[in-house]
Amino acid sequence: MTTRPVIRAARFVLAHVPDLVYAGSKPRRETAARGRDVRAQIRSRLRTFREAVAYAPHQVMIGNQAPEALWDLPRPWHLHSPAEAPCEGPAGAVVDQPTFYAWLARADTARLIRFDEAFVAEAGPLVRGADLATASPDALRSAVASGAEPIGDPDGRGIGVLLPGHAQDESLAARVLLENLATKATGALALRRLLDGVAGDEPVDFLLGCGEEAVGDRYQRGGGNLAKAIGELAGIRTAGGADVKAFCAGPVHALIIAGSLVASGLHRRVVVVAGGSLAKLGMKFLGHLASGYPILEDVLAGVAIDVAGDDGRSPIINLDAAAVHRVGDGGAPHQMAAVLTQAPLRARGLRLSDVDRFAVELHNPDITEPAGAGDVPQRNYKMIAALAAQAAEIDREGIPAFVRRHGLPGFSPTQGHIPSAIPYLPHAIAGLTTGRCRRVQLIAKGSLFLGRMTEMADGASFLLERNAG
Amino acid sequence: MVDLRNKLVLALGERDGIPGQALQACAESAGARVVYVATQCFV
Amino acid sequence: MDLEEQDAIRRVAESGARERMLVLLGTPTAGSTLMTALTLSQGDPSYAGPLAGIPLGLPSYHILEDGVREAIPPDVYDREIGPLEFVLDKAGIVTALEKVRTGTPSS
Repeated sequence: MTTRPVIRAARFVLAHVPDLVYAGSKPRRETAARGRDVRAQIRSRLRTFREAVAYAPHQVMIGNQAPEALWDLPRPWHLHSPAEAPCEGPAGAVVDQPTFYAWLARADTARLIRFDEAFVAEAGPLVRGADLATASPDALRSAVASGAEPIGDPDGRGIGVLLPGHAQDESLAARVLLENLATKATGALALRRLLDGVAGDEPVDFLLGCGEEAVGDRYQRGGGNLAKAIGELAGIRTAGGADVKAFCAGPVHALIIAGSLVASGLHRRVVVVAGGSLAKLGMKFLGHLASGYPILEDVLAGVAIDVAGDDGRSPIINLDAAAVHRVGDGGAPHQMAAVLTQAPLRARGLRLSDVDRFAVELHNPDITEPAGAGDVPQRNYKMIAALAAQAAEIDREGIPAFVRRHGLPGFSPTQGHIPSAIPYLPHAIAGLTTGRCRRVQLIAKGSLFLGRMTEMADGASFLLERNAG
Repeated sequence: MVDLRNKLVLALGERDGIPGQALQACAESAGARVVYVATQCFV
Repeated sequence: MDLEEQDAIRRVAESGARERMLVLLGTPTAGSTLMTALTLSQGDPSYAGPLAGIPLGLPSYHILEDGVREAIPPDVYDREIGPLEFVLDKAGIVTALEKVRTGTPSS
């Protein structure tokens, strides 16, 4: 029995973790090269939880505002936040650092975290029921001296330390495990939120992980299946799981596969899930400091996306209009756009203008511009518009209007796989059900070359269409 | 015109601009030798 | 520019025949073009990386500059660069490089 797959819901959880910014790859390397002053500079520009919640792009992520609202908000957006904003919305939530730490504690099945006694006493209700190992400040300090990773501000009072998983195994080094635990915790937060809000009584058959973490020991670095560990932490018992690995393109590949699993009848409900990237915290902090911005890369983002059989209402994953970037395809931006955007539309007799909205990598430009990377989504939209001009759908003067009509402002934290089209899903689902949209194309790209195994890039796309019932 | 013949080119691409490989193909077709190629990714 | 990237380029530049070397950029913005070209000619302006105080003197060109385009067979340029000159800020990028070449970078 086959069915058409639909996307019923997507939820995002942003964990605001300012004290973990120092553990990001770039802050860590800069601190090693230039000393502890780097951390002092970062500390002076960290945001409070309230500031992170009220930040307009975050309000868009959790569904309290439409992305289009950002077109009219002056930049940089952090200067134009309301004093108060809700930390919960229809598409997710922003959670504070103590809440994240409590989930980190529950995520630590190997019991490698040694908590500061004072933290456990203070955190009380948040960590109730968790069996935590504690240590004195002296014991924590000596653990750090022998390879443990401090959790929290290394110059201040953290919550404890994470011990290495093995004395000689680099794959189980404490800082690697902290990255993986952070991913697991944020993925589980998002999954729990999805299931608390959407069809909690329907069993999940399969979890597809699509994050960029590498879980495993020295014999299988990157062995994976964090999806299953995330499911366990979120309290799911019915689901199996596996991971899809494709750099930032992972989520869109995973959605195509999830749709196929549902369409084939193998599974009735598949949840695509991913946690956030600790390594990317503070990645562009030098640019933010130079521009007088706060450190905007201070949240870990988790996502959970619900894929199920046709319910007569939710938007349909059109697998006939799914595309992947093939080995023989060119990797320059215009070549990728032609393969991922234009070709699958043409094959179905559609023009670029027939797509209401394109969801590309939705990186927040406030984060990327101070680092010299410009406005990534706007360049992607200009590229699509240039293809529309090349195809004589519009003239060259019509490019800006096309970008505004079919594009979106970027609003996602720069968490690698997270910005890749999927932050628009909650808004797309609304537009394709109660709104007036008919078609949204999701397009993701991945920088495979960063792993030094190939010079290729990668990408995937599909059409999400209104369900005629 | 920039004479690229017999030049040693360092091709510094960006994923969100023009990737290193595209720069390399252009430089080599103009008679240069590419001695370094990289594609940076800031996101 | 990334610290690691600066170090890698320094090693290549110091490996010899620097007078025949040039940098071909594919940077997406005027700002990133200016920073990279400055760093590789005069040294790291932020004094943070391995090229701080080390002027390699490498001339930088951007693939979108007309002078570079003319040196490349049209079919190759069309295939590899295509419509990117309409997507990226070509005018800003060209101006940034003029500033570096005339020694009047304002930022």
